[in-house]
Amino acid sequence: MIEFVCPAPIATKDTVLLGHGSGGKLSAELLRDIFLPALANPVLSRLEDQAGVEIGGVRLAFTTDSFVVKPLFFRGGDIGSLAVHGTINDLAMGGARPLALSAAFILEEGFSLEALRRIANSMGQAAARAGVSIVTGDTKVVERGSGDGVYINTSGIGVVAEGVDLSAANARPGDAVILSGAIGDHGAAILTQREGLELDGAIESDSASLHGLVETVLGVSRGVRAMRDPTRGGLASTLNEIAGQSRVGIEIREPAIPVHDGVRGACEVLGLDPLYVANEGKMVAIVPAETARAIVSAMRDHPLGTEAAVIGTVTDRHPGLVTMRTAFGTTRVVDMLAGDQLPRIC
Amino acid sequence: MKYLDEYRDAGIARALATRIKGRVTRPWTLMEICGGQTHTIMRYGLPELLPPEIELVHGPGCPVCVTPLEIVDRAIEIASRPGVIFVSYGDMLRVPGSRTVKAGGGDIRIAYSPVEAVKIARENPGRAVVFFGIGFETTAPANAMAVWQASREGLTNFSMLISHVLVPPAMRLILGSPVNRVQGFIAPGHVCAVMGYQEYEALSAEFRVPIVVGGFEPVDLLESIAMLVDQLEDGRAGLENQYSRSVTRTGSATARKLMDEVFEVSDRQWRGIGPIAGSGYKLREAYAAFDAERVFGAGEIHVEEPAECIAALVMQGLKKPVDCPAFGTRCTPEKPLGASMVSSEGACAAYYAYRRHGVPA
Repeated sequence: MIEFVCPAPIATKDTVLLGHGSGGKLSAELLRDIFLPALANPVLSRLEDQAGVEIGGVRLAFTTDSFVVKPLFFRGGDIGSLAVHGTINDLAMGGARPLALSAAFILEEGFSLEALRRIANSMGQAAARAGVSIVTGDTKVVERGSGDGVYINTSGIGVVAEGVDLSAANARPGDAVILSGAIGDHGAAILTQREGLELDGAIESDSASLHGLVETVLGVSRGVRAMRDPTRGGLASTLNEIAGQSRVGIEIREPAIPVHDGVRGACEVLGLDPLYVANEGKMVAIVPAETARAIVSAMRDHPLGTEAAVIGTVTDRHPGLVTMRTAFGTTRVVDMLAGDQLPRIC
Repeated sequence: MKYLDEYRDAGIARALATRIKGRVTRPWTLMEICGGQTHTIMRYGLPELLPPEIELVHGPGCPVCVTPLEIVDRAIEIASRPGVIFVSYGDMLRVPGSRTVKAGGGDIRIAYSPVEAVKIARENPGRAVVFFGIGFETTAPANAMAVWQASREGLTNFSMLISHVLVPPAMRLILGSPVNRVQGFIAPGHVCAVMGYQEYEALSAEFRVPIVVGGFEPVDLLESIAMLVDQLEDGRAGLENQYSRSVTRTGSATARKLMDEVFEVSDRQWRGIGPIAGSGYKLREAYAAFDAERVFGAGEIHVEEPAECIAALVMQGLKKPVDCPAFGTRCTPEKPLGASMVSSEGACAAYYAYRRHGVPA
């Protein structure tokens, strides 16, 4: 029997691959084959970005996220602000007002205390801007070579507003698909910096807390079906998850999806499709068609939603598949990300 | 993006589609050679813009798809030997061999250029470094450069497992077949950027078939199709160059000189298709010390293809991926029966990624 290690995604997988952290197909397999069989319960099995737990008549949202982004400091943010925004956004996508966060640090022996101070200050500022406190934390140190500077885990709790029931399984044929703004900024910012690409007009990460924008949306209508922030795996993966969980088809329109010129250029050079590139300050909302116009109009008045637009509709055709009407007027499938496009993007 | 947006412009594309519709009076079957062109066609849904008379079939220009399973197994066998560092383009590593492959042992690395493999050899003098040199005329210059560099530096621990193939002999095979359906070709722009298009002029004249050297953006391909339709409807058969921003009649003299120094034309096996005379490259005798088959011995490996896979018929324009009963069911990118379903240039992969909404489940 011949035995060897293959680093590319092949059918036989006996060890963890980078792609298992991509948020795409391999991540889903890890959940299905390892974590869910070991840990399944009715709350976890909903596979939302946050858990909903009812305590004393109050609906709490609870979530956790780890951050391993490389480089630690990038245009538009750093690992600290990203760790605050990411967890706040996971709460917000469940319709929750964030209340408090925890922060846990895994530090590598030898890491610069000055850098750590900058990261901590950045976390403090991001939390203060969002009106959320970091109320508990933990620090561990691993020996030199066992980490990569600093990894951060944040967890958060929030309160879900009355009458709100958001789930990626709630999309129905006829619903409108809303996107809050241009895609790919975060991933393109990280990648161009990592690859040392010098492009005209530096790309900035869109890293931001979205709970204010979510409040705006829910202020217009509490009948919103689902909200998701398209992080790892990008817009394409998020829409595929919603299509899969709701057992519906989704049809989007390419010309309606904003992509900044710098991001398009960077993706061209790097051989990436912006549909699969991570965002850290954008959201997708699935809403009943009759509320779409009012919601988009309210989002556009919010500083994080100025480019908001209806980008597509939910359909009963091809359940589980996302298709796109191209600028050419033709139609193609927009698949889920298969391998690992961009490791350590968040 | 200047210099690129105009080749993806929807207005220009629609105008070309209108021009094609205005010219077509009867059915024509056209083939694009290169897998990169196939992917553009499917990604942009170009068949939807074309009149029903135009049928596009997809050629053999997917290097990973035509690499024989025997060579894949030979690669696995060499890679599994102790002390070997095996270096490959990433695409090739997704193709399952006929043998069982399990994790553990072996040192296999992905490179974007064979010159990286030479660097690995330089840095690891105690290890045997083998590069999997596959591809058409497009990868041949870089592979020749790697062997030439290794030779000049006197490296004794670098070799190349070669399965190099050439486009014109494959077109000759398709054109000479009694069941051939192809009436016009889009020749591969990047191959011609290296080789020029003189060989294609000869093919066009010999078989009286229109050939247009085409680029890789959607407007390039629609314009190439329009030029082919013009020729066919006029009853002309010649060589025309749509991709003139990259391709000249004589190609790159520097690249061809280097290839000629290191390689000589040889017979080659094509996966699923069989042997084609004079259809590939092997190392010249002066560079035999860098031939992995000589270094590691050339023991015979016999394998059987999955009987259900029709990739070879697809690559000759005789079938479409969706004609395969296994498409999307028993054959998917996660569990492929053939290389065409996993290569980034494979026709089956293009249909699966972009067009499976049109296939009944």
